[in-house]
Amino acid sequence: MNYHWNWDIFLAETPSGSTTYLGWLLSGLEVTIAVSLSAWIIALIVGLFMGVFRTVPNRWLSGIATVYVEVFRNTPLLVQLFIWYFVMPELLPVSIGNAFKSINPFLQQFIAAMLCLALFTGARVCEQVRSGINSLSVGQRYAGLALGFTLPQTYRYAILPMAIRIILPPLTSEFLNIFKNSAVASTIGLLELAAQGRQLVDYTAQAYESFIAVTVLFMAINVVVMVLMHKIEARARVPGNAGGG
Amino acid sequence: MGYEFDWSSIPGALPYLWEGMIITLKITAVAVSVGIVWGTLLALMRMSGFKVLGWLAAGYVNLFRSIPLVMVLLWFFLIIPSVLVSLLDIPRSFDTRLVSAMVAFSLFEAAYYSEIIRAGIRSVARGQMGAANALGMSYAMAMRLVILPQAFRNMVPLLLTQGIILFQDTSLVYVSSLPDFFGVSYRVGSRDGRLVELLLFAGAVYFIISFIASQLVKHIQKRKTA
Amino acid sequence: MISIKNVSKHYGTFKVLTDCSAEVEKGEVIVICGPSGSGKSTLIKCVNGLEPFQQGEIVVNGISVGDPKTNLSKLRAHVGMVFQNFELFPHMSVIDNLCIAQIKVLGRSREEAIERGRKLLERVGLLNQAEKFPGQLSGGQQQRVAIARALAMDPICMLFDEPTSALDPEMVNEVLDVMVGLAQEGMTMMVVTHEMGFARKVANRVIFMDEGRIVEDAPKEDFFSKPRSERAQLFLSKILQH
Repeated sequence: MNYHWNWDIFLAETPSGSTTYLGWLLSGLEVTIAVSLSAWIIALIVGLFMGVFRTVPNRWLSGIATVYVEVFRNTPLLVQLFIWYFVMPELLPVSIGNAFKSINPFLQQFIAAMLCLALFTGARVCEQVRSGINSLSVGQRYAGLALGFTLPQTYRYAILPMAIRIILPPLTSEFLNIFKNSAVASTIGLLELAAQGRQLVDYTAQAYESFIAVTVLFMAINVVVMVLMHKIEARARVPGNAGGG
Repeated sequence: MGYEFDWSSIPGALPYLWEGMIITLKITAVAVSVGIVWGTLLALMRMSGFKVLGWLAAGYVNLFRSIPLVMVLLWFFLIIPSVLVSLLDIPRSFDTRLVSAMVAFSLFEAAYYSEIIRAGIRSVARGQMGAANALGMSYAMAMRLVILPQAFRNMVPLLLTQGIILFQDTSLVYVSSLPDFFGVSYRVGSRDGRLVELLLFAGAVYFIISFIASQLVKHIQKRKTA
Repeated sequence: MISIKNVSKHYGTFKVLTDCSAEVEKGEVIVICGPSGSGKSTLIKCVNGLEPFQQGEIVVNGISVGDPKTNLSKLRAHVGMVFQNFELFPHMSVIDNLCIAQIKVLGRSREEAIERGRKLLERVGLLNQAEKFPGQLSGGQQQRVAIARALAMDPICMLFDEPTSALDPEMVNEVLDVMVGLAQEGMTMMVVTHEMGFARKVANRVIFMDEGRIVEDAPKEDFFSKPRSERAQLFLSKILQH
């Protein structure tokens, strides 16, 4: 193969002139982090509530949560993304749909990708929360209720603090997944990291340098997230509890 | 809601959609089979006790698990064609996208399968390796006759679940514009200006297949524990 | 204080409790015994509504437990319960375990709750462990903390569900001593246990259950001197062999 390596390409100016190709990648990195973090926060909230709903003695709540999980776990992420981006604006009331379509394209893509990643990941978080709750003895629930806690108080003070500690390791891998999954948003044109990498290839034909840089940046995100989560796990550890805590 | 549905473009497109589904299933089947075989080898390498082999396998698994699938696909659509052209001397006009997709998914899924398989082997090996050694079996013999058969029986539900995820993930070959089921749905939708209907239809088809498959897996799991 | 009238409970077709009736007066200590699976744990969980029941009525301090209009949380706040597996909250220190419900349920200030909590820890001999976590204590210590946690709510009566059966033998007495002390102070208690020594020492009456029914309900002296039913006799002889 007679590929011409050129690592200086990252310092070259882009055709638009305002930045270098490295600048493109870094702005892509920013978008990746922004969309992933905002989606992650929503996913945690949605997943926490839905996970709790799956374990409460109320048919309606557990039914809603079950349907949510099944629908979002059994359709491809890409299909979900396209439905958020192309279908939702059509099916919403006309005024809202038009309002959405009139905001700038980047925001449209960002919102669609964020909601998509959030609800997709939320369904996974929901299952983790449920299994965390179910791994606790039913005695903990009894103990909370016997002290006069209401059911929500029992969850708040007795069940969830322990359940969340137990599921921190699998939550870490979901947190990693949301960054990786965010690359799917390049398909609707969101200029996140992978999309910037492809754009760079289109403009310079230096495919290997570009892909290597993007790959390394994704791996760097991985490392940072893992270090962060290890710190959180260490802080959340309960004295005297070998496993779980 | 101001949208008026018009599903009329779907019946005529069914033959194309079916061809797309065949491609989707082909990629899934190849990636599951190759992924499990290669994943088992990776797991055995990691547990072999040979340091270099272990490091190589661990490096491979961690590399693939830390990169987005989209990036992996882009890499393979970039590399495979030039490799094929230079190695096999095939004409440049040959469509390498399907082969590239199969290779990419196989190698990618192997990393995930190997982690499932490693955990499965470890859970069985804990007690059984000692017992097999006590009967005079060698490491390889114990693995092949005692541990792997049990481990695989325990892992069937997890392997199948990973297969369902893979089936859904194959839609990402969209980035190479390979006409899989999703790709065809999208093209028909944009050709006829009926993207809303076609996307909902595609979603429904994926959902029905995945949902039924996952219920079957649950059923198998229940029968096993019962 | 506690009145159980004709209570029946079933899961599907499986009958867990059949037509159980019993009365507990203020200041009485009732020991409930019986073979495993006899329904004694289920019965005591019905008293504070942790387990629902389909037929009959349970009235605690004038409040009907089975009535859907009853505010169960409010009732439970004044009915202490101690569990077989302690069920302390593992993520909270011992003192926080004692304070959390005082603060969130009874609305006490943190200072008040801590003061009450420390007093009760002192009483069960564990004041020096206040800042530790449950996982750092022995089983006997955890159960004493659990008793203190229930007492911190100033209960009108206490329910014990096999409080010593998850403990190593050498730790049983430290827990029983606390319970005997409570009984002697006049606490109303329902105790599911196999500890017949405890029953002999402080019980007013002993209830023997088998297959979801109350087979015997007799004053302590009668129960131990002349058990009437064959099954109770068999049970007692088995227990004594341990």
